[in-house]
Amino acid sequence: MKAVLEGSHAVSEAVRMARVEVVSAYPITPQTHIVEALSEYCADGSMDARFICVESEHSAMAAVIGAASGGVRTFTATSSHGLALMHELLHWASAARLPIVMAEVNRALGPGWNIWMDQTDSLAQRDTGWIQLYVEDGQEVLDTTLQAFRLAEAVNLPVMVVLDAFFLSHTYEPVDVPDQADVDRFLPSLEPRIKLDCDDPCAMSQMAPPGVYMEMRRDIQKGFERVPEAFAAVEGAFADIFNRRYGVMEAVACDDAETILVLTGTAAGTGRQVIDRLRSRGEKVGMVKLKMFRPFPVREIRSVLGAAGKVAVLDRNFSFGASGIFAQEIRAALYNGKAHPPVFGYIAGLGGRDVTVDTLETIYRMTCEQAVPEAESVWVGLNPPN
Amino acid sequence: MTVTPPIRQTGDLMYPGHVGCPGCGAVIAMKFALQALGEKTMLVIPACCWAIIAGPHPQTALKIPVLHTAFATAGAAASGLRAALDRRGDVETVVTAWAGDGGTFDIGFQSLSGAVERNEDFLYVCYDNEAYMNTGVQRSSATPFGTRTTTTPGKGWKATRKKNIVEVLAAHRIPYAATASIAYPDDMMRKFRTARNLKGGSRFIHVYATCPTGWRVPSDMTIAVARLAVQTNIFPLYEVADGVRYTLNESGDRPVTDYLEAQGRFKHLGEADCSAIQAMVDEDWHLLMRKIDG
Ligand SMILES: Cc1ncc(C[n+]2csc(CCOP(=O)(O)OP(=O)(O)O)c2C)c(N)n1
Ligand SMILES: [Mg+2]
Repeated sequence: MKAVLEGSHAVSEAVRMARVEVVSAYPITPQTHIVEALSEYCADGSMDARFICVESEHSAMAAVIGAASGGVRTFTATSSHGLALMHELLHWASAARLPIVMAEVNRALGPGWNIWMDQTDSLAQRDTGWIQLYVEDGQEVLDTTLQAFRLAEAVNLPVMVVLDAFFLSHTYEPVDVPDQADVDRFLPSLEPRIKLDCDDPCAMSQMAPPGVYMEMRRDIQKGFERVPEAFAAVEGAFADIFNRRYGVMEAVACDDAETILVLTGTAAGTGRQVIDRLRSRGEKVGMVKLKMFRPFPVREIRSVLGAAGKVAVLDRNFSFGASGIFAQEIRAALYNGKAHPPVFGYIAGLGGRDVTVDTLETIYRMTCEQAVPEAESVWVGLNPPN
Repeated sequence: MTVTPPIRQTGDLMYPGHVGCPGCGAVIAMKFALQALGEKTMLVIPACCWAIIAGPHPQTALKIPVLHTAFATAGAAASGLRAALDRRGDVETVVTAWAGDGGTFDIGFQSLSGAVERNEDFLYVCYDNEAYMNTGVQRSSATPFGTRTTTTPGKGWKATRKKNIVEVLAAHRIPYAATASIAYPDDMMRKFRTARNLKGGSRFIHVYATCPTGWRVPSDMTIAVARLAVQTNIFPLYEVADGVRYTLNESGDRPVTDYLEAQGRFKHLGEADCSAIQAMVDEDWHLLMRKIDG
């Protein structure tokens, strides 16, 4: 059934259809519409779940860790400062191998207070052991949220579905909302591999001395190594029923492209338009929409970007003293590959500043005009000093 | 003549081995608590000595399920686990958060307050050894006036009062809050049984647990010191129903110096300091009596 849904409500709709049993969350703009809708569903009985209204994001993640350890399907959502406050427990959730799903709405961190789009919040959590999936539009929000549960439960790792503040969380789009029966076919109820049980007592997440800790970390990494295959299987099963598929990344017009733009989130939607326009003017340009950030899709990156003459990466995030985070990761992925085209890094759209067709065309032009990249990321769209 | 039945030694839910210090009051507290709670109990343990005492992977000192969790999270993690058990239709198992004073009075205070304000259906136990013992005897807000710890050393001994956690919990108007002591096992186990049977809301038990290592007392004095705390009214044993109905269980009339002089952590205190402590204890006692009478 087609419905016009706000991006946030595409999340909540998916969570309801996933038959999540315990939700715990703490409000923060721009995540609020997600959890308000879930509260309503729990209150009106259209979702048979417990919503735990905790007093902080730290507790929200702790509560879903407790619930997931009890063997039920769990969900939370946050953004920006809320995610930063959860940091300790993001590590905890992944090392405890709990299949928690979280929607994370990309928002800037203060000071100064800024509620708008920026990716630094989620990317700063890159080492916490969460699978991270960046999505482009309302349909992908809904589909990816559903897939996230099946993926998380297949590999026993938590999954973060990441969507742009306002550009996606507060934008209404037509979305194909699946039938509950089809969702149930795609996502059967959770059969936890391990859970707390008085009939079979065990200790979870206990002390791990030097003699065992390293092997435990290695096991988490092995879990991550299984993700590409597991994700492909999840996407296959999803496509069988719903006829939609996204991939860990999507290459648009890359086959003969001399320059490839790498984009994420809603900027990829703008990018599609830019590619059409530039192609119609005869420019040999392509685009990669990067969806999966953890684990980083090194194989796909090498095979698509390796063939390009130049790569231009848009980062709506920044690592102070280094550069844009996607650019860093792409350079690292290409370095030991066979081909390594120069990677041009651009910073744009921080703290909610628009990334327009013009922004992306400017980035493309700058990349064409320069033979080698600057050592530092190039900041695009800065206001002139007054 | 009434005969106090002996403490049952059978059905112990702890294995003989654990890695606590000799004379650890927190270990004795666990032993009594589990005897009263029984095997349909799940523990949620944040960072504290008990996170270590329970044993390293792949061993465990406990025969019941244990969820170890981050330092500040006992209240929230226990809420989540309770929700999961409710979803599974398991209403019998008692979720019991088991935290030290640091994890309760300080870093875990927010999540505890949030959980009991929601009146989560769980038992929260604070075993109070009056400092951060696991990290080497640093002060907490449960450390009493006059104490030397590694962060209140020498002349910088702690010059502020201990936070009254039971009053704070009672102010949340939870169904049940109580103090308990390892020196009064019958009283303690009765309280744990009461708490176990009072399902449907938050129950809080504040257990006094001597730490011979951190308090600098001989390990065979654990129970004696705990008893002195009650007998001097430093730690009277009482219960609070619904935050308002107080019942006194055990108290005494010995001078605080009997208690203070038994412990190395108070050795530096002079007569005036001890009198000041006696005055504080008397004041707290009168406040408590007013509630019990009213
Ligand atoms: C966020 C965080 N900060 C600090 C620590 C270090 N830490 C572990 S246990 C502990 C003290 C625990 O004190 P308490 O709760 O009184 O329990 P006890 O060790 O005395 O039994 C501290 C400070 C930690 N694990 N996590
Ligand atoms: Mg302590």
